[in-house]
Amino acid sequence: MKLSPDRVVLDTNNAHEHGHGVGDHLYVHRHSLVHDLPAQVKTVAAIVFIFMVVLTPVHAVGAFAVYLGLVFVVVKIADLPFPLVLRRMLIEIPFVLFAVLMPFFGPEPRVEFLGLSLSQEGLWSAFGILAKGTIGVATSITLAATTRARDLLQGLETIGVPDLLVQIASFMLRYSAVVTDDLSRMKVARESRGFSATGIKHWKVLANSAGALFIRSYERGERVHLAMLSRGYNGTIIDLYKPVVTKKDWRTAMALPIVAASIMVIAWITL
Amino acid sequence: MKTSPSLDVSGLAYAYPDGNQALYGVNLQIQPGERVALLGPNGAGKTTLVMHLNGILAAGLGTVHVGGLAVNTEDKDALREIRRRVGIVFQDPDDQLFMPTVREDVAFGPINMGVTGAELEAQVMQALELVGMADYADRPPHHLSFGQRRRVAVATVLAMKPEILVLDEPSSNLDPASRRELADILRDLDITLLMVTHDLPYALELCSRSVILSQGTIVADGKTIDILCNDSLMAENRLELPFGFDPKNTLVK
Repeated sequence: MKLSPDRVVLDTNNAHEHGHGVGDHLYVHRHSLVHDLPAQVKTVAAIVFIFMVVLTPVHAVGAFAVYLGLVFVVVKIADLPFPLVLRRMLIEIPFVLFAVLMPFFGPEPRVEFLGLSLSQEGLWSAFGILAKGTIGVATSITLAATTRARDLLQGLETIGVPDLLVQIASFMLRYSAVVTDDLSRMKVARESRGFSATGIKHWKVLANSAGALFIRSYERGERVHLAMLSRGYNGTIIDLYKPVVTKKDWRTAMALPIVAASIMVIAWITL
Repeated sequence: MKTSPSLDVSGLAYAYPDGNQALYGVNLQIQPGERVALLGPNGAGKTTLVMHLNGILAAGLGTVHVGGLAVNTEDKDALREIRRRVGIVFQDPDDQLFMPTVREDVAFGPINMGVTGAELEAQVMQALELVGMADYADRPPHHLSFGQRRRVAVATVLAMKPEILVLDEPSSNLDPASRRELADILRDLDITLLMVTHDLPYALELCSRSVILSQGTIVADGKTIDILCNDSLMAENRLELPFGFDPKNTLVK
């Protein structure tokens, strides 16, 4: 009755470990000055920096080059791999696509380029959107790659984002994995009965699954809420583990937007 | 002519993409008509093994044959036939039931196999009758009781006329009456059955043979009554009988 089978051990050296929590797939774990700064400090610095970039006149081409350089310096300090940052920046493409159209439809005067008649003003607007968009996206990517999602939310709360919004976002983060698991279990159960979605004729089944998933998530929401109420939840979640923020943190983080602000002012004066 | 076993698992090893190895060479043969209980503690690899039986997971090493047909996740046509032959009833019936009515849900599998018309209707109603749920065909699944939903989940795979029925924790979350009703249904089915369970009395009641999966291998295989009465084997594999239950005093048919 009792067996003693040989154990077959597979070579798993090529497997990679997913070492961090839910919703942290954007986070790149490093030990750097940027990573160590408290989330709210980084968030404020990033937002102010982006404002400075947006306020810079489009004709100040040099200023944008410096901004981009600054972001790359931060990426370097944070020890993030450049190819990864560049790859993630592709997300920008759909948003700036319409900028490409502006030179064709902008007002006079027009310039000839490769046989195309382009609006000069349109060209400048397109450049502005592209430059400001790219720098903004690069900044956000750097923030996301150096800050854990839950720290980011906590940071948002300390800088005055309404508590309710932060709670909703936290629950989204907390339960996205649960809902994804639900979804994949339903997918396994479907596939086990011989179904695989290949085309439009399967949309009805997928729609039914989505509906079932919605109802399950909705009901889970109610159960979670009930469980929270039964442990005395009254609308606020008290956070006892707030990170300590020092003046030095603020000075370090605000260096970036302060440099950007000076460049922005110089750009306005010299143009 | 010698018939091929309903299920033949040989040297099956598997590691998850994150490097966690769950199965370390599983060997298991089940002959047609057998009812076998798959026992083992949490984390032994029971669910991982079940996922290999119909090609949801692809073996790292080793093979799985169902009624003589190899499970090959590359071959889509063979995989379809494998999924018809292996009927898995998952632990949470809500994962399985998602169509607006019971009838549509039970028809879901056969439709995927290309069954239509009167034959489809016959297969659906036959499956529902086997689990005693024919009267509920037009009800939405989420309005049924948990026990009823579990029975409909069983019907959804019976409708595919499987070679082997695999049940993941069939008695979990059922009240005693629903648990007994399901046992009666399962006992009356003329089908090969593999039952993953922690409910040892249920295993004893339904399955004459049991296997223990522990740390990714089959460490015991024998008569259920012998396994449950072997105290050292039970303790080694974190298996415990419910308070007051003594298998030696149980009448097993």
